[in-house]
Amino acid sequence: MNAIEVKNLKKTYGDVLAVDRISFEVHEGEIFGLLGPNGAGKTTTLECMEGLRKPDGGSLRVANIDPWYEPHKLRNVIGVQLQSAGLPLNITPEEAMKIFCAYHHAPPRFDLLKRMGLSEKQNAQFYELSSGQQRRLSLALAVAHNPQVLFLDEPTAGLDVATRAELHDLIHELQGDNTTVILATHDMAEAEEMSDRVAILLNGKIVTVGTPMEITATGAGQTKISVRTQNASLSGPDITFPAVNQHISKDDYNIYFSFNIGSTLVAIIAFIEAQRDTLIDLRVERPSLEDRFLEIIHTKGTLSGAML
Amino acid sequence: MNAFIYHFAFEFRAGIRHKQLLLMNYLFPLGFYLLMGFILAEINPTFREDMIPAMIIFSTLAATLLGVPIALSTARENAIFRSYKINGVPAISILTITALTTILHLLIMAMFITISAPLLFGAPMPVNWLNYMLIFTVTTINLASISVLIGVVSSSSRESILWSQLIFVTSNLLGGLLLPYRMLPDIARQVSKLLPATYAMNAFNSLAMGKDADFSPWGSVVVLMLGSLLTFALAIHLFSWDPHHATRHGHTFLGFLSILPYAACVFLLN
Repeated sequence: MNAIEVKNLKKTYGDVLAVDRISFEVHEGEIFGLLGPNGAGKTTTLECMEGLRKPDGGSLRVANIDPWYEPHKLRNVIGVQLQSAGLPLNITPEEAMKIFCAYHHAPPRFDLLKRMGLSEKQNAQFYELSSGQQRRLSLALAVAHNPQVLFLDEPTAGLDVATRAELHDLIHELQGDNTTVILATHDMAEAEEMSDRVAILLNGKIVTVGTPMEITATGAGQTKISVRTQNASLSGPDITFPAVNQHISKDDYNIYFSFNIGSTLVAIIAFIEAQRDTLIDLRVERPSLEDRFLEIIHTKGTLSGAML
Repeated sequence: MNAFIYHFAFEFRAGIRHKQLLLMNYLFPLGFYLLMGFILAEINPTFREDMIPAMIIFSTLAATLLGVPIALSTARENAIFRSYKINGVPAISILTITALTTILHLLIMAMFITISAPLLFGAPMPVNWLNYMLIFTVTTINLASISVLIGVVSSSSRESILWSQLIFVTSNLLGGLLLPYRMLPDIARQVSKLLPATYAMNAFNSLAMGKDADFSPWGSVVVLMLGSLLTFALAIHLFSWDPHHATRHGHTFLGFLSILPYAACVFLLN
């Protein structure tokens, strides 16, 4: 069953077409990444789904609710962690939890403050919290009323590694409870690690949707193969292997960029054996989502063109 | 109801925690009141007769115009209203709570002035306490509504400061606080009738302090009430959560409609 259905969504600001008839579905319990450069239409798409902006065309359902025409129903089924925390500087975590839960007609979840490591800071004012604590508070408030759909906008930007991992664990836990998560981020590694599927937006259009694996597999990106041998038998100038576009040497490693990993690997290993050399290290790195993202941006639109 | 109470309690505390609001709600009016009491009342003894209403209106002007608009426009710029909208906080709660908490701070300040001015400076007490409370309520609601509207229609916190200062300074100069209305030149009297402070001072002086009215005192109360209703209704109608004002079209112009009751009184109230 779909938690979100977007069909031909269109949104303009004056003469600027921010979102151009995009369509996608998000399944229940899925983590769905929304990627794109600045000005691609991510924020506008999110704001339409959150009921903040009225679409100029197309249809939109979130948890089977029309976000614009049924805002009161929507409020209690969505949770939103904002990119900027969106809280008064003088509010304390305890006050924020009480106020937000009361507006959602839900009991305050002080246990979440404890879970987020904020129990000692629950009477500190918002401006006194570190950026990591502010983000954790924002996430606690977003999930306190057990929303069906959770929107996360750059949830781990500026966080240290440990806090980031902790938040990732929590997001996976929410997914385990069948919460649907929309993750808007510039962090490709995070999107690749967290998302079940991602959509890449460019100039208001969706240019690709799929699992991170599917998206990286469809690119023209080449697999990087790094090889180190005991006797440096690969270092000769005229040694070539099938399907290799580029070869460089660095720190005792020979690095090959291959568009057909199977044939290249087989040939390299056969060559090393024929030379009676010994393989010390072999690393194969497929193109990352970031590589594919940059490839899409450079082939389907320039970065400057996308930043409206 | 719980949500409203929790929100109200937080906003009231914020009026003390927030340094700028603390300054405008208490410290600045208190400092000015003591300065006027110790200096102006000595230079011009007749000021004592107007002292309580003048200092209460001054405190109201400072707390509302210099505190509320910048707090609202900054909250919008910092996406706090966006967050409120997403979490189901209605615009009417945001604006009503802001206005009511400011009025509550003003009530504390007004009580202090009313009790201390006769003791410290020999200022006369009100002669009609019921009217005194009524006019205080109407005046604070009126100026809180104007401040809320400025915060709503201003495109930035800098713009809100400009509008607020314009009304604050002209009200102090022409509103009868420091210089009696009857001493103003004719053209200045007409201009002063565009300012709520003029009506508040006229109503306080005649209905609460037992002095002669410069023009219809109950008419002044009615104008303040009508002005409050129109201004607050406009503020709710024009309220926008959007930090980037993508949906704003002519909000500042529409905000000027709030001046209509006062403009009509330039011709109607004598």
